[in-house]
Amino acid sequence: MASVNVFLIIGVVLAIGVAGLIAGRVRAIALVDGVTARLHSRPGYYGSGVLVWAVVPALLFMSVWLVAAPIVIENSVRNNFPSEVLEGPRSQQNLAMGMVRSIGDGIRLLDEREKQQLTAGFVALRPLLADKGVALASNGEDYMVDAAVRLNAMSDTSRLALTVLTFLIASAGFALSYFRINPRQRARNLVERAVLAGLIVSSSIAILTTVGIILSMLFETINFFGYVPPADFFFGTVWDPRFAAADDPDAAGQFGLIPLMAGTLYIAFVAMLVAVPIGLFAAIYLSEYAGPTMRAISKPLLEVLAGIPTIVYGFFALITVGPLLRDLSAQISGLASGGDFSPFIQAQSVITAGLVMGIMVIPFVSSLSDDIINAVPQALRDGSYGLGATQSETIRRVVLPAALPGIVAALLLTASRAIGETMIVVLAAGIAAKLTINPFEAMTTVTVKIVSQLTGDLEFTSPQTLVAFALGITLFFMTLALNVVALYIARKYREQYE
Amino acid sequence: MTEITSQAPPVAAPGAAKPRRDIGLKRRYAAERRFRAYGLIAIALGLSFLVFLLLTVVLNGYTAFQQTNIQLDITFDESVIDPNGERETNEMALLTANYPRLARNAIVAALGVDPENRTQVRAANGLISAGVRGQLRDMVVADPGIIGTTQTIWVLAHGDVDSAYKGQIDLSVDESRRKVSDQQVAWMRQLEAEGKLVAKFNTGLFVNGASSRPETAGLGVAIIGSFYMMLIVLVLALPIGVAASIYLEEFAPKNRFTDLIEVNINNLAAVPSIVYGLLGLAIFINFVGLPRSAALVGGLVLTLMTLPTIIIATRAALKAVPPSIREAALGVGASKMQMVFHHVLPLATPGILTGTIIGLAQALGETAPLLLIGMVAFVVDYPSTPMDPSTALPVQIFMWANQAERAFVERTSGAIIILLSFLAVMNITAILLRRRFERRW
Repeated sequence: MASVNVFLIIGVVLAIGVAGLIAGRVRAIALVDGVTARLHSRPGYYGSGVLVWAVVPALLFMSVWLVAAPIVIENSVRNNFPSEVLEGPRSQQNLAMGMVRSIGDGIRLLDEREKQQLTAGFVALRPLLADKGVALASNGEDYMVDAAVRLNAMSDTSRLALTVLTFLIASAGFALSYFRINPRQRARNLVERAVLAGLIVSSSIAILTTVGIILSMLFETINFFGYVPPADFFFGTVWDPRFAAADDPDAAGQFGLIPLMAGTLYIAFVAMLVAVPIGLFAAIYLSEYAGPTMRAISKPLLEVLAGIPTIVYGFFALITVGPLLRDLSAQISGLASGGDFSPFIQAQSVITAGLVMGIMVIPFVSSLSDDIINAVPQALRDGSYGLGATQSETIRRVVLPAALPGIVAALLLTASRAIGETMIVVLAAGIAAKLTINPFEAMTTVTVKIVSQLTGDLEFTSPQTLVAFALGITLFFMTLALNVVALYIARKYREQYE
Repeated sequence: MTEITSQAPPVAAPGAAKPRRDIGLKRRYAAERRFRAYGLIAIALGLSFLVFLLLTVVLNGYTAFQQTNIQLDITFDESVIDPNGERETNEMALLTANYPRLARNAIVAALGVDPENRTQVRAANGLISAGVRGQLRDMVVADPGIIGTTQTIWVLAHGDVDSAYKGQIDLSVDESRRKVSDQQVAWMRQLEAEGKLVAKFNTGLFVNGASSRPETAGLGVAIIGSFYMMLIVLVLALPIGVAASIYLEEFAPKNRFTDLIEVNINNLAAVPSIVYGLLGLAIFINFVGLPRSAALVGGLVLTLMTLPTIIIATRAALKAVPPSIREAALGVGASKMQMVFHHVLPLATPGILTGTIIGLAQALGETAPLLLIGMVAFVVDYPSTPMDPSTALPVQIFMWANQAERAFVERTSGAIIILLSFLAVMNITAILLRRRFERRW
């Protein structure tokens, strides 16, 4: 309900803005009796000026209010809690606040006659709310009902104030800028400055995203390290998070990163073993040998491999590749031992996930390397041919060494892609966190555990949930380091020939 | 000149008697051929992986577009639907009536099974989907007048029968180890011979919501959810991305701040997608308090993920507009802003649109971040706003991939075919746009 209200306010503000757009333009033309040459700017700019003044301050005010008001209200409601709750632990306050909130939502569903019973306290209220589909825990207390009524009253007031004030600001902006219009006003410069500000804000969103990623994960990670010491996380060799049982000291669990990291790196390594030779040779052939037709056809086709969603690869690994490898290994062991057809490759295994992931990243290697090989100046090749080298000798001894830094950068980017890949490993690598060097067994990865710790019911107070953020930030910094190094190498290399 | 020519050493006549020094040409040419062959093999391998992948999906999935239906003469018996005659007074009476019984009676009659033989009746009833309850209920609620009449309608066959009819269940294995009995197969053949059991086009796959029964499970909710998300991504990412690129490409002074933004965008493009899911969970759900499983949150997360792609593509498109256009505009008195918005931007539009479509296609196929913000949900009803719980196409594929029944494997592949066709259409549109409008300066 609340959200509809907000959209309605935005809609009305925008309508005021559009009215301003038209009115400003009309007024500007009227002021000079239709001789627009006497205006400083073209008439549309006067209209846009009114639009900007009507819409932007109002919406800014509204967003600030929407962020600030709930915090103010919550603090004031909390301060009215009985003193024994206020002196109790923080988590209990949060629980009480959550309860107050659901009671408040429930009260809104009651009709006038039922609201009479609010004074009767929590015990009388509970069956009433249960009737409306609002299930409440039984340990509520009477003060919560009062707090909920207070909360509702304050939110209603805040909402009303927000609506009135926003419309006031929009109208004021409209009126002010409308009556300021005169033929000598430099409307275009004003509007252009506003547009430029909009452009700058848009481009800072990239920064905001990064800051958001780092801050949100850092915050939860610090929470996590409040439960589990960092050394146990980074150097622990056992991953056994247990279930998140509330306040159960036995449910501590062990959060060792090493088995997950080993699985991640192992699977990425197998993927690179598949992708690097195929991708590199494909790139060499495409850039050095292939004719224009072959290039025009096979390069985009190879790139289709990168355009297929990863969930499709995951399904392919789960349904086709995994069983295929398992049956193949059963046949092999049957032939080797003469009758014992027990497979030595599990359907979910490092090799399955790595193989399929390798197929997925082939185009990353091939396309990036192809561009880099193409960027090697022709003069180097001609020099080599002139000395009597064959084409393959030229490639191996001249072109590849010249392109090496770029290729290394491409491989690093590919590796970062393989490390961060999720859906293939979720479906094909297995969930058992163990340390093994046998590629035919299941291992698990950082991304798999992030997914499995965060699907289902969430509590942001248990290490079982928070560990996902610690894993996420580890993954983020790992891939970030790979990317930064790759970009650095690529940039440095590009300077060489330009 | 002549002097020099005369001083040039006489060219030695190629002596036929003197054999050329062996420089291992044969060996080197063989190495050359091998090297070339490796390249060809690599490309062939890559392409055959692609073909193999697509073939498995298509071969597994094309049957999902057909669904076995059984024709039944269903008698809407008043004594079953409304034994106490209370449908005028009690609105729940028609909703909770024993509809499966109607279907059971009909199939028993159609097969000529003895109604007293309970094992036989149960086996016969196993031919039809339990989804028949909803189908008959909707018919009766829509038109209570049909109570007491006999209607000939098509009902869905059970998922296992569907698989058996399509030949996906190996009937040669022992009866106890497969899900359809010999008796059921015999009945299936009997109905087929009478023309009462046919495979029809599976519209349910496109319109139904989530269901634990393969025959009634569909992608309706997921398609709507994905559509909402794409809409949100388009509405947010396109303007923000274009605005950011215009600033960086046309206005930004070269300083540390803009350099930071540049490096940032390049890095964001390579951040694993699951990290965006963590961001969405921590900020949009935990901090802002938006509902879990909502298309709105998914759209916001995908927007942040798509922004770098759109920005990079847009900047390339802006860069491709030659400086002469800019200088001409400035020369006739346009302001810098007018130059960008009236001249450069329109010329860069095809490139921007191409980049946007490719970004959208990426977002459409993205699964991992959506898992974290609770899109793994069993949603039966269509979401009416982006705030309602919904799923997305790739997430639905993920959920179906974890189901054991054979019929779900087929449907998962079918869903993948649908997803890939969406992606193919988007990418082909992008290519055609580029071909049609690309200008070489």
